[in-house]
Amino acid sequence: MKINGTHDDPVGIRADTRLLDYLRDQQGLRGTKEACGRGECGACTVLIDGRPVLSCITLAVRVDGDVETIEGVTAESAELRRQFAEHGAFQCGFCTPGQIVRGVALLRQGLPADDNALRAAISGNVCRCTGYSGIVSALRAAEENIAMADSGENS
Amino acid sequence: MRPGAFRYLAATSLDEVLENLSELGDEVTLLAGGQSLIPLMNLRLARPEVLVDLNRVPGLAGIDLVDGELRIGAMVRAADVASDPIVTGSLPALARAAAFIGHPQIRNRTTIGGNISHADPSSELPGVLAAFEGSVTLKSLRGERRVGWDEFIVSTFTNSREADELVVDVRFPVRPGWSFAYDEVAPRHGDYPLAGICAGVQISDGIVRGMRLVAVGVSDRPVVLTGVAQFALGRELDAATIKELGKVGREEVSANDDAHASSEYRKWLVGTLINRILGNLVLEQR
Ligand SMILES: Cc1cc2nc3c(=O)[nH]c(=O)nc-3n(C[C@H](O)[C@H](O)[C@H](O)COP(=O)(O)OP(=O)(O)OC[C@H]3O[C@@H](n4cnc5c(N)ncnc54)[C@H](O)[C@@H]3O)c2cc1C
Ligand code: FES
Ligand code: FES
Repeated sequence: MKINGTHDDPVGIRADTRLLDYLRDQQGLRGTKEACGRGECGACTVLIDGRPVLSCITLAVRVDGDVETIEGVTAESAELRRQFAEHGAFQCGFCTPGQIVRGVALLRQGLPADDNALRAAISGNVCRCTGYSGIVSALRAAEENIAMADSGENS
Repeated sequence: MRPGAFRYLAATSLDEVLENLSELGDEVTLLAGGQSLIPLMNLRLARPEVLVDLNRVPGLAGIDLVDGELRIGAMVRAADVASDPIVTGSLPALARAAAFIGHPQIRNRTTIGGNISHADPSSELPGVLAAFEGSVTLKSLRGERRVGWDEFIVSTFTNSREADELVVDVRFPVRPGWSFAYDEVAPRHGDYPLAGICAGVQISDGIVRGMRLVAVGVSDRPVVLTGVAQFALGRELDAATIKELGKVGREEVSANDDAHASSEYRKWLVGTLINRILGNLVLEQR
């Protein structure tokens, strides 16, 4: 397994350790949050080989791929985080690391053009505070600004 | 919210899985996507003694068309069932149903073998398997056997797998001349459906020659609505007939009452879904 680009072959790790606990307790990566602990809320979202998965219902021993946590996407998510602040996309902030990690994966693919499809794509990330309009508009704004910055660089 | 202790075996070959199953029988719990099993373990509702992990076992992947059937390896993920060009090309209803499972994070892990084996009465895919009259392939050291959906899916969370057997693939017969569709109603996007319908029709010269209609979420296993199919045979699917078929379906199911919805509401949903799906299938045929 690789964690945020660094090779990590956990030796002697207990089979009953969830990826979430491994990251938080043994790697000190506390950005990944636990809320429901049963796959329903998305707070614990990390990327494995670029695909968002829930670390609370994944055993650490079975992970072979590249794991990316919120800490690993700090630079990549800078614009998205700025737009979250700009658009009021969080309040208590507990769901936010999961939302950002999910958002990073979506921005890599390109957001679905249709707002309903975008809402479906983030439906695994529950936010009890904000409603989702702020999150959707932050994602849209981030995509636009990143595209603008890219075309600026190229011209 | 952490699982209890268990022995963990990361199997690396099919033989290794089958040998463990043969030796340890029902002490073994198979781990596929883990999207049902791990939540149950976190809540201590499941306490496996030995967990045999299928994720590194080669030979359980792959989607192909063989002998008029779509064969999907047990470890193929729901996200791939939803987007694979072979599935979307040959059985779009299956791809659509897979896209209704949970949300993207869940679909990236959920496997078709685990989903069918789990036999949740509200699950989409068992209903699609029933509509296509599909089957699963079970393998053990004793040999291999094909079991039709009707025999495999027994009731809530219960299938007819023997303790030494493994589901290696799931098969959907491709039915030329038929059109299938899946649709459902769920409280929120990504939730298990309150009711879902998979429908298939065979129409020639505007007349219904065959129909398969299966409801999920209304009983302890998928329900084949034979009364609706019978009523439709030989008729033209015009607006009045479709409306009537919705009524027949509503009367035919005896839906469950539970915390999520009343029996009456579920029956109403079945009727509405039948109207909606058949209406769309007719539009597509034009
Ligand atoms: C928040 C959330 C929402 C969900 N929403 C839906 C939904 O809308 N629709 C839906 O259908 N499901 C839903 N699910 C369930 C999810 O799809 C499960 O992943 C699925 O039912 C089981 O598949 P799995 O691969 O994860 O199996 P696992 O959880 O690994 O295993 C499930 C069971 O099947 C057995 N098993 C697994 N593979 C095999 C095999 N090859 N041979 C024999 N036995 C096997 C296991 O031993 C276990 O008993 C949801 C889950 C969550 C957490
Ligand atoms: S903590 Fe993992 S999904 Fe809620
Ligand atoms: S900001 Fe509080 S849950 Fe989303």
